Formats: sequence, C-alpha cells, structure tokens
Amino acid sequence: MKSQADTKGLKRRDFFRILGGGIIVFFSPWDAFDIMAMPAEQARTLPKDFNAFVHIAEDGTVTCYTGKIEMGQGIITSLPPMMADELNVPLEKVKLVMGDTALCPYDQGTWGSLTTRSFGPSMRAALAEARGVLMTLASERLNVPVEQLTAEDGVIYVTNYRSKKVTYGELTKGKRIERFLEVKPPVEDYTKFTYVGKLYKRTDSVPKVKGEVKYTGDLKVPGMLFARILRPPSHGATLKSVDTSAAEKIEGVRVVRGEGLIAVVSENKDKVDEAIVKINAEYTFNEMPVNDKTIFEWILKAETSASTSNVAGDIEEGRKKSESVFESEYHDVYLAHAPIETHTALAQFEGDKLTVWASTQTPFGLQDGLANELKIPRDNIRVIAPFVGGGFGGKSVFQQGIEAAKIARITGKPVMVVWTREEEFFYDAFHPAGVVKVNSGMDRYGRIIFWDYHVWMAGTRGAETIYDVPNRKTTSYSRGRNAPPVHPFATGPWRAPNNNTNTFARECQIDIMAAKAGIDPLEFRLKNLKDQKMIDCLKAVAEKFGYTPGKLPSGRGIGMACGIDAGTWQATMAEIKVDRTTGKITVVRLACAQDMGLCVNPQGALIQMEGCLTMGLGYALAEELLFDGGNIKTRGFDTYDIPRFSWVPKIDCVILDRKDKPPQGGGEPPIIAVGAAIANALFDATGVRLYRVPLTPARVLEALKQV
Amino acid sequence: MEKSIRFTLNGKKTTVAIDPGQTLLWVLRNHFGLTGTKFGCGNGFCGACTVLINDEAVRSCQVPFGDVEGKNVLTIEGLANNGNLHPLQQAFVDNDALQCGFCTPGMIMTALALIKKNPAPTRPQIIEAMDDNLCRCGAHIRIIKAIENASVMMKGGNEK
Repeated sequence: MKSQADTKGLKRRDFFRILGGGIIVFFSPWDAFDIMAMPAEQARTLPKDFNAFVHIAEDGTVTCYTGKIEMGQGIITSLPPMMADELNVPLEKVKLVMGDTALCPYDQGTWGSLTTRSFGPSMRAALAEARGVLMTLASERLNVPVEQLTAEDGVIYVTNYRSKKVTYGELTKGKRIERFLEVKPPVEDYTKFTYVGKLYKRTDSVPKVKGEVKYTGDLKVPGMLFARILRPPSHGATLKSVDTSAAEKIEGVRVVRGEGLIAVVSENKDKVDEAIVKINAEYTFNEMPVNDKTIFEWILKAETSASTSNVAGDIEEGRKKSESVFESEYHDVYLAHAPIETHTALAQFEGDKLTVWASTQTPFGLQDGLANELKIPRDNIRVIAPFVGGGFGGKSVFQQGIEAAKIARITGKPVMVVWTREEEFFYDAFHPAGVVKVNSGMDRYGRIIFWDYHVWMAGTRGAETIYDVPNRKTTSYSRGRNAPPVHPFATGPWRAPNNNTNTFARECQIDIMAAKAGIDPLEFRLKNLKDQKMIDCLKAVAEKFGYTPGKLPSGRGIGMACGIDAGTWQATMAEIKVDRTTGKITVVRLACAQDMGLCVNPQGALIQMEGCLTMGLGYALAEELLFDGGNIKTRGFDTYDIPRFSWVPKIDCVILDRKDKPPQGGGEPPIIAVGAAIANALFDATGVRLYRVPLTPARVLEALKQV
Repeated sequence: MEKSIRFTLNGKKTTVAIDPGQTLLWVLRNHFGLTGTKFGCGNGFCGACTVLINDEAVRSCQVPFGDVEGKNVLTIEGLANNGNLHPLQQAFVDNDALQCGFCTPGMIMTALALIKKNPAPTRPQIIEAMDDNLCRCGAHIRIIKAIENASVMMKGGNEK
C-alpha cells in the first residue's frame, strides 16, 4: 500500500514505469460504477481489471459480477463453486450479480454453452490474480513472506503459526483494489477444489416455486403503460393505409405513432389487447414465392458461396476404391424457440438516462442496439436482464427492448411490451431450414473410404465428419455476398445451432452404410472411429443402455447417434415403438453418455442433459414451422407442438469422469443426436428410412405404405 | 363498467370494484400484484397461468374476472404456509423439478388440483393431468417425480 496520494491520477502504465512493475495497491472508495470506467478501446471486450469481476466486502462477502444471464441453464448455481474454489472462500460467502450492464463486465451474450468453458477461465484467472494480490497484501500486513502463507475460507494464515492471520475483508475493507501482479498466478489445480465437482441443487428454486422470482414481465414502475404494436400479417407485407379511429374510442387507450411504429398504450393490459384488434390496416404484399414444401428446392437454387474444410485425400480416388457408394439428401426444417416466457421488456427514461429491463440473452447487445436505434449515447443506457424464462438462442435477438424504449420515448412514460404468443411465433429468429447431401463409400470390410459432405444454409457447426475417413471434404454453402435473402423471415441460433441438422445427416448416413455392410451399427462406428473420446462415449452409452449387437434392421427399434458440440463429446441411444396403423413413434427410452471435461456441477449438468434430450424429442418427432411466403401458419401451441409429459421416455445419462480436463459446454450437446438416434431406431424397427425430421405420424405412415 | 366483485383470494375474503370483463390473469397480476401467475400464451394452451377456482385447475387467461364472484381463488402465492413451503413446492425443490421456472407455478397449481381430487395418483394419471401444461426446458421427468413424492408427503392430500 504505497503512497496512495502520489499515484492518483496516473495511468496504469505509469505505475509500472515509476515503480518498476512491482505490486502496488491503493484503495479508492467502492463504487459499482467505477468498474465501467474502462478505457474506450477496452470497453467492449472482457475487462482485464479483476475488480470488474469481484468485490470483497469488509465482512468477507465476495460478490462476483458476470454479464451472463440465468435462463434456466443453471449457471446461477454452477458459477459460485468455481469462484469459491478459485478465491479460497466459503461457498456461502459468494454472491452473484448477473446481466446488468451498469454493474457487470462486458459480455457478448449467454449462448454457445460458453459460460463455463469460456467465461469460466476468464473469471478464474481474475480471481486467481485477486487471490495473489491478497496474499501479497497479507504478506506485507503480517510481515511474513508469501511462501509461508496459506489461504483458507477467506482467511490468510501464517502456515506454521495459525493464530497469526488476516481475513480478506480486513485487507480490502470493502474497497476497490488496484492490482498489479506482473506474473499472473496460475488458476487453482483441480485436485485442490473443495466445491467444484460436488452436486448442487438449484439455488434459485425456492423463490421460483413460490412464484416470487421476478421475470421482466413481473416488474412494475409507477405510471407504467402496456403497449401493443400493430403487426403486419406476414413477412414481406408493407402498410398501405391504417384507420385507428375505433381503437382511439376505447376509454383509457391512446394510439401512438412514430419511430416506425404504430402502437396502442394503456395502463390496463386488457385494454391494449382489445384496442389493437380494432385497428384497421391494409397492406401491400411482396413475399418470397416459397413455402414449407418448396423450401428445400428453393435453398438448393439459391445464390450461395461455398467454403470447404476438413479436406483430406481425394474424393474421386476414394469413390473408385469403394465397394459400395451411397448418395443421400437430408432435409431439416424451420423451428421456433418457443420459450414459455415470450420476449418482454420494460423501458423507463429518467431525464436522458434510459433503463431497459428485458428478457434477453444479451444485455450488452441490447445496450448497443438501443444506442444505435434510438441514437442516444451508450453510457446513458442501462440494461438489466432479470431472470429469463427460457431462451434456447431465441433471446439473442432483442427487438422487444427497442420497441419498449421507442414507445417510452414517444409517450414519456415507462412502457412494458409483452409479446403475445403469436408475435413470438412471428418475430422469432427461427432455426433455419437446411439441406445436406452426403456422398460416401466403403470397402468390402465396412471401412469408410470417402466422405463428400455438402451442407446448405445449416452452417459448419457439426458438419465435419467425426469418423476416420482417408478421403474427405466438407463443403458449406451459405447465402452469397450481396445475394438476395434465402429465408423469408429471420433465422438465428437454436440450441446447438445447426448441429442438429448436421448430426442428423451424418449419423443417418452411417446407419445406412452399416445396414448395407451387414454390421452392427455400434461396431460399424467403432470400426471407423479413431477419436478416443467418441469411442469412450459410445461404449459408455452402450453399457448404460444395456445394448446388445444386432444387424439393421433388427426389428427391435433401437437406434444410436453421436457427435461433438460446444467442446463436449456425446453419444445417444434410443429405443422406440412404432404404431403401424397410425405411424406414431413412441420413444420408450433414451440414454446418453457425455465427455464434458471437468464437470463443475454434476447435478446441473445432468439436468441439462435431460433437458436437451427431452427438447430434442420435439424436433425429432413434431416441430415444424409451416409457412406460405411470409405468412407463418403455426403461430400457437395448438399448431406448433412441443414435447409434452406423455412423450417423455425413461432417460439415463452418464457423465464421464474427466476431472483433469478443462470444463466444456453443457447446455446443448445432447440435443444434437436425438433426431438421428430416433430416425435410426425407426429404420431398425421397420426398415423404413426417413431422410428428414420431424418424423411425424403422417410421414412414417406414408413411408410404411411404400415398403 | 366497474362492478363490485366479492371473492376469496388465497384464503382472504376480498371485495374489489373492477370491470368484470377484464381477464382474471391480468387482474391478479396488475391489480393484486400476484405475478407468480404467468402469461405464456393467452389462449389457454400452455398452462403457465393456471390457478385454482374452487379447487379446479383453471387457465386464468381465459376467465373473465366477473366469473370469480363468490368463489375461492388460489394462486401460487397462497400455497406456502407461514413461510413453510407446501409439500408440492418442497418436492419441486427437492427434485430440482424446474429450470427457467416460468412454467413452474402453473405446473404446481395443476398438480395441486390433481392431488386434491386424487390423493394417490398413479404415474399415468399424473401424466394425463399434466399433459397440457407445457415446459420448454425439459424438466418433465423431474416434475413427474416431484408430484409422486408430494402425494406421498401429503399422505392422502389432507393439507390445503
């Protein structure tokens, strides 16, 4: 704690110059907003200053700050053990502040199963440095070299004289720490973890079961108005004329126009619902000539640009050497995220300061969006994401936050926008439809000789083959630069974006080849894999499932599939029953084995696996957005069917013990193989191969008729 | 338009002057501040807004407020007793039977109506009773387990 006064007003670089890069600490009064005072060039990356991540109060309470949000995935429960272990403090002393742009370090968004594997290491590095600084402070305070100190439960002891000690709180006194450790200390070794790796039940469940948790729509501020916005009947419709006179006659309702919106506002939610349908509007239509049936042809005809990856050997050579050659085309459809909480936002201006509470996966992205759209300085905007009622990628877009802010500015009142279910099914950034063509071949022993994989509009995630193939190539076609749009509406990331499409195509193709080779599909996979992690996952799931070998189709209704997502390896097995009179598939059981590296919270990881497998039943069996041009026809849960209690099979999960490996993503991986595992089980049960999801009763029945 | 409506809300006799055509869901949320009852679809398809009216599970987004005249309305906020969780709430906590939690109040209220009618439901009966309550996170198997546990804990459904 050297000469606080002398160092004031100096830039961080100057400290090093003046003091030769030693450890300097000075305190300034704690102010939550201090941490936002970062140099402009750093403002939109994760900050380097660990004070942005952590505050240690005088009573020893450690508050950790993250721009990540809690939407059910459970990081509210799994981050604190990581933090407690890194800082050597008791778990119950760790508090978490999430998703507030004014308090938390910048974060790009809560998606991609990145919290544990990407934010985690940054947070741990920051806390490791904080721990190092605290040790140095303690060394000065106790006048004992750092090497003779031990940190335990927020107290630093002289190792051989434990009555000589100082607490973290006594060192920081709740003030901001200015740190400089020239050599960053390593993060804590996993063998020293006290909390990480133990089972933790959700820490937010008690307020959630009591209905006390506040989601965005549960907030209320004085003078708040509800708003409903006039929506076009389809994507591609343009407003021609509008008559709002009937809506204006409703008592307590005001019609507002401006900033590209026409909306009705009222303190009474029922009144805006009543008023919005009284607006008469006429439109002109300029829609894309495509529908849910022609979309695949449309995609293949689109102007695209191709990129190749994972190229090895020579495809033509491989084709020549192959005993049998397979050509298949697979289709995947548009899907809705359909969280039970619709997109919701509350916007409030106080002078020139704007606060927006929003159900969003990207509070900082919304902050940027508000700055751009409303042309107000970013520093005047605070975005807070309270508990989010499900996201799955869909709440990466934040149109509702912009809408609430615009109407708040027009009306001068705080404004709450709660999207209806129809709006949710209209403005969702849907999982894109895609086409995959796989050409592959094998020798007489069932070894894959070539793999020529082409994917349209479904991106590269999961596109590269996981199998050991000498001649291989992956080609991904996306919308060409300056080419006209391909999709008639917005598309975006949907839990394990596009890996579902790619894993479906790859793993169906593998079973088609295994069937032709007359080799059990598990054996066929093991024979063609060199990837030890995948081999381990397949063996683990087979054991859990009680798998016994059989040639396809065995009549048993058992299928499998495997893949890699978010740094995690996983293999899935399914057993199904098929009603041959209705075509209905009933999934009897699912098993999944996963290698996610170090598992921070096995309970949370297990719940995510179950959730992925359950959600995966939807795209496998039923979910499909129906549309004609820009008109979406499935705008409710009566027409867009998501998994229900009666669909859910027995589920068994295994998490492989990999404590010595860095933790990987847990929120998405097991969803990727559900479609292929069930399609492969359908073939095993009936000999019928469907090249697309969802495997609806009508499609299954139709295919059964043709056998 | 306003009318005086008398009903029992979470065990308390309540009188309120309000437009009887308003939706029960929004009156509960905005007039009474009982925001545990959620808006999920507004069409009665998802079950997030489920409350009990005279012990029947009802979709509050489909009920004009005037209909509760003289009736007993129970919301998720009326379940805990002196700060103690209701056995169903406790079973949801014990089984980690939720993720985002948005459907949870509706799940618990629907399960409560079931247990009140059928104190020892079988698994197929639970599935049938819950099938029109939607959960997107995939907590289903844990919710079923929680309801089974709660029905045992309640020993015949005598509580509440």
